[in-house]
Amino acid sequence: MTTKFTPDHEYIRVEGSTGIVGITRFAQEQLGDIVFVELPAVGKVLNKGDEAAVVESVKAASEIYAPVSGTVTEVNEALSGEPGLINQDPTAGGWMFKLAISDASELDGLLDDAAYAEMTK
Amino acid sequence: MRYLPHSATERADMLGVIGAANIEALFSAVPRSAFRSFTLDLPDHQPEFSVEAHMRALAGKNHAGGDGPFFIGAGAYRHHVPATVDHLIQRSEWLTAYTPYQPEISQGTLQMLFEFQTQVAKLTGMDVANASLYDGSTATAEAVLMARRLTRRDKIVLSGGLHPHYRDVVKAYLKDDADLVCLSPSPEGQGDIFDHIDATTAAIVIQTPDFYGHLRNLQAAADAAHAQGALLIVVVTEIVSLGLLEAPGALGADIVVAEGQSLGNALNFGGPYLGLMATRKEFIRQMPGRLCGETVDAEGRRGFVLTLSTREQHIRREKATSNICTNSGLCALAFSIHLSLLGEAGFTRLARLNHANASKLADALAAVPGVNVLNGTFFNEMTIRVPQPAAALVERLARRGILAGVPASRLLPNDPSVANLIVLAATELTSEGDIAALAAALTEELA
Amino acid sequence: MSMNTQGRPTGIGTAAAPVNGSALLPDEPLLFEIGDTNHSGVDLPEVDISTDRLGGFGRKMPLDLAGLTEPEAMRHYVRLSRLNHSIDGGMYPLGSCTMKHNPRLNEKMARLPGFADIHPLQPVSTVQGALEMMEELSQWLMALTNTAAVALSPKAGAHGELLGMMAIKAAQEARGEAHRTVVLVPESAHGTNPATAAFLGYSVRAVPARADGTVDVEAVKAALSPEVAAIMLTNPNTCGLFEPQVIEIAEAVHAAGAFFYCDGANFNAIMGVVRPGDLGIDAMHINLHKTFSTPHGGGGPGAGPVVLSAALAPFAPVPFIRKGAAGLDLVEHAEDNALGRVTAFHGQMGMYVRALTYMLSHGRDGLAQAAEDAVLNANYVKARLQHVFSVPFPDHPAMHEALFDDSFLKGTGVTTLDFAKALIDEGFHPMTMYFPLVVHGAMLVEPTESESRQTLDSFCDVMLELAEDARAGKVERFTAAPLKAPRRRLDETRAARQPILKWEKPEAMPRAAE
Repeated sequence: MTTKFTPDHEYIRVEGSTGIVGITRFAQEQLGDIVFVELPAVGKVLNKGDEAAVVESVKAASEIYAPVSGTVTEVNEALSGEPGLINQDPTAGGWMFKLAISDASELDGLLDDAAYAEMTK
Repeated sequence: MRYLPHSATERADMLGVIGAANIEALFSAVPRSAFRSFTLDLPDHQPEFSVEAHMRALAGKNHAGGDGPFFIGAGAYRHHVPATVDHLIQRSEWLTAYTPYQPEISQGTLQMLFEFQTQVAKLTGMDVANASLYDGSTATAEAVLMARRLTRRDKIVLSGGLHPHYRDVVKAYLKDDADLVCLSPSPEGQGDIFDHIDATTAAIVIQTPDFYGHLRNLQAAADAAHAQGALLIVVVTEIVSLGLLEAPGALGADIVVAEGQSLGNALNFGGPYLGLMATRKEFIRQMPGRLCGETVDAEGRRGFVLTLSTREQHIRREKATSNICTNSGLCALAFSIHLSLLGEAGFTRLARLNHANASKLADALAAVPGVNVLNGTFFNEMTIRVPQPAAALVERLARRGILAGVPASRLLPNDPSVANLIVLAATELTSEGDIAALAAALTEELA
Repeated sequence: MSMNTQGRPTGIGTAAAPVNGSALLPDEPLLFEIGDTNHSGVDLPEVDISTDRLGGFGRKMPLDLAGLTEPEAMRHYVRLSRLNHSIDGGMYPLGSCTMKHNPRLNEKMARLPGFADIHPLQPVSTVQGALEMMEELSQWLMALTNTAAVALSPKAGAHGELLGMMAIKAAQEARGEAHRTVVLVPESAHGTNPATAAFLGYSVRAVPARADGTVDVEAVKAALSPEVAAIMLTNPNTCGLFEPQVIEIAEAVHAAGAFFYCDGANFNAIMGVVRPGDLGIDAMHINLHKTFSTPHGGGGPGAGPVVLSAALAPFAPVPFIRKGAAGLDLVEHAEDNALGRVTAFHGQMGMYVRALTYMLSHGRDGLAQAAEDAVLNANYVKARLQHVFSVPFPDHPAMHEALFDDSFLKGTGVTTLDFAKALIDEGFHPMTMYFPLVVHGAMLVEPTESESRQTLDSFCDVMLELAEDARAGKVERFTAAPLKAPRRRLDETRAARQPILKWEKPEAMPRAAE
C-alpha cells in the first residue's frame, strides 16, 4: 500500500487496483473548517485532472481533481452529515471517494511522501 | 460645498503630508489627453432650495395616485403604508448601514433579515426563503435557472397568465432558447399548460392571481408537473393575496417567487421593488441570493450571520449560482415592519378588505352597459372587455382625472385579441366614491 | 485541488473576559418571541366576505404571523437599529464600496408624491415629469462619461454588468461574430465579472497583472484573438490604481474585433475629471449607490445604469425614452430590439431621483472636487500608514483607495481578519478584507471624500497603534476581538454546517414521566 500526492494537495492511497482519494492535512488546514462536500456519483468515469468533487469551507470553495484516471466505486457518505471529518482526520475518516484505477502508470507521475513534504515546507 | 469637509488650506496641508506638489500629481497615471481635457455642459453646484425647486417642478408635472380615483395594478399595487414604516426606515442605522459582512456590528440588519426570511417562509408555506432579490420579475428568471440546475433538464413552460414583463425578462435571460415555451395570453383564465409537460420539462411557471386576475389551480398544476418529474414554480405579484388564498407551499409548489412591493413600499414608478424567493429545504444550495442564518458567538449568545455564501459570486466567481451581489435590503425592512405591524389578524383583515372592495368594483363594472367582466374568480384584480379600443378609452378617462386600470395592449401591443381589455385592481384605499366615479365616467364614455 | 486564496481563517477567536455591555443595547428578542398573532398595529375595518369569489382556493394553512402594536413595533425596530454600524454613525473605510455620506435632501425629494405615488403603467401623458427626470439623469450620466446612450433599467451593478455583456453578445452576433466565446478578465476583478461572463455562456480567461499592480498589457495583446468577444476591466482597478495604458488596451481590443466592458465601481475617483468614453470603453455600469450617494440600506436596493458607446447603443434594452409629438414617449417594445427587457417596469426610479438630486447639488464643479478629494483622502491615508503597513504596489499614486497586504503582520500571529476585528473595538468599521485576491491578506481602504481630516487622522492614529501592538506581540488584543461590539465573533462554521434559516416554534416541554 502506497500513498501518492498531487501538487494540488490531493492524496491517493493505493490498495491493489483501488485508490482512496482525499485531501491532505496541509490542505484542510489552509481551507479552514469544512462545511460541505459535493462528491461524485458512483460509477462516474474520470480522467486524470478532471474535476471530481468540491469542498466548501465558510469562505472558500475548492475543486478536487482526480489524481489519476478511473471509475468511482464508492463515496464516503459520512461526509454529508459530518463534513468536519475532513478536518479531524483527512487521511482516514475523512476519505472522499474510491477509484478503480484504469491506468496504474499515471501513479508514477505523482509525488511521493518526501517530495510532497518538500513542496509544502 | 455642503458635502465636502475640506477647506483649501486643509487640502494644501494634506498634499504637503503626501509630498505631492498639487492634486494633478496624484492623477499622474491618467493619460494627459483624457485628464480634465473637456468642459462639461452641466450646471455648477446649487443650494438646496434651488435643487428642491427644480425637483418639485418635475414632480409637479405628474398625476399622483392620490390625486383621484385609482385602479391600476398589473404587478404593482397602491396600498396604505403606515406612517411608522417610513419613519423607521429613515433611521440612520437602517438607511445608511452597509451589507452585514461584519456581523458583530450588523446584528440589527441580520436579525431583521432572519425575521424577514421567516415571514416569507410562512406566507408562502415553504421551508426556506432568501434575504430578497431585486424584484419579482428577476426572481422569476432566477427560479427558472434554478429549476434547470436542479432537474438537469432544459424545457421551461410559461403560463399564458404570467405577467408579460415577467415573461419578457425570462426570455431575455434565456436568450434564443428553443427550450422556452411561452403560452399565449389567457385573459379568460383558460390554459393548456398541462399538455406541454413531458419528461424533458424542468419546470412550469404559473402566476396566481394571474395577470388578468384569475385564480389558478395550483394543486392540479403541481400534480401534473410532478408526475413527469418537473418542478412547479409559482409566481405571486400581489403578496397581500396570501392573506386569503392558500399558501403555494401547501399545494405542492417547489419554488415560490413573488413581488413584495405591496407591503411597506410605495409605487415609485416601478422601483425599487422587492423580490421574494422561497423553496424546499433540499434545494437550498441551488438558491441564489443572500441567506441569513442563526448561530452563536464566542460567549454562546444567539446571533445571526450571512451564511452558505459559497453559492455566491464573491466566492464562487464563475461557478456561482448567480451573479447577484446586492439585495433589496431597505425594501425588505419596510416589508417586514409593515407585516409585523399587521400581524396575522391585520394581514387577513387587509386581504378581506381588498377582496370586498374588488367585489364592489366587479359588480359596479358589470352594471355598466357594454362592459363585460371576464373573471369568475379574483382576489383584488380583474379584467374587463369594452366595446372599443381600451388604450384610447383609458387615456380619455385619465384626462378626466381617473386612472382606470391598464389596457392590456400596453403590455401586449402585437396581440389584437387583447386590444379591448382593461386590467383593474381595487385595494383597501379604493372608496365607494372612486368606484361610483369610475362607473359613471365609463358609462358616459361608452354611450 | 484548487487553493482558493479566499480561504480566510474561520473559528471564533479566543476566550477573554467579557466586557460589560451598554445599558442602551440590551439584547432584543425576535419578533416571534414578543409578538402575537392577534396583535396588530394597523386599524382596518372588518368586512364580511361570506360570499366570495375565491373559487375554493381560500387559505387553510395557518399564517402564524406575529403582530406588534405601534409602540411595540417602534421599540423593536429602534432597539434593533442600535445594533448596527452606519455611515451616519462612523466611517466605513471599505475599499470598492464608496461609503460616502447619504444626503437627506435626496430622501425628501424621493418622497414627493409626484415621484413616489406614481404607477409605472399610468398613461405616459400623466407622468411627463417622471420621464423628464429620467432624461435629465441620462444627460448627466452621458456627459460625465462622454458616451452615446445609457440604459437606465438595471437594478444593481451586477444587473448592469449582465445587461452590458448581453449588449456586447448581441452586437457580436449582429456582426456575424457569434463564434467569439471567450472573455478576458483580470485576476483582480470583482467576482461579479467572471460570474456574469460565465452566466452568458462565455469561457473566462484570466489576464495577469504586472508587478506594479496594473494589467499586463502585453499579456492582453497576446490573449486577443478571433475567439475573444470582450475584455472586462475595472478602471481605476481593484488595487486602487489607474490603468495607465488603458487607451492602448482599448485600441488593441477594438482592433481585434472585441469590445471593452468597464466595471464602473470605482468611478468615484475620476468623475468630472476623466470621461471613460475618452478612454475607449464600450459599456460601463455605474453604481448609483456607490458613486452617486444613494443609501446602502443594509445591503440594497442599488441601481446600475449602463452607459454605452455608439457601437453598442443599438443594443440597449427596452424601455427607453424618446421625444414624441406631444412630449416624451416611453418605448417599451421595439420589434428589432435584440435584448428585450431585463426587468419589469422601468427601473429604480426612487434611486434616480436621489442620484439626480445629488448631481444637481454638487454640480459639475462639485463632482470633480469630490473625485479629487476622494483621491486626496486615500493618498493621505496611504502617506500616513505606508512606513508601517506594507504597500504591495508603491510605484504609482493610489486613486480613491489604498491597498495594503499582510506582510507587515508576518510572524506576529495576527491575521488580516484579526486586525480588522480589533479595529471594530476602536469604533471603526473594518476596511475591505481579502479583496482583491491578487495580494495576500488584502486590506483595501477607501475613505471617500466625505471624511474630514480629523476623522482621517483618528483612523490613521488607531491603525498605527494597532500595528504597533501587533508587532509587539500583543496577540490577544486581536484574536479575542471584538470585545466591545454587541456580539463577539460568531460561529460561521456552525451556521453553514447546521443552517437555521428561519425561526421555528420551540417544542413544548415534554411531560416528565411520573
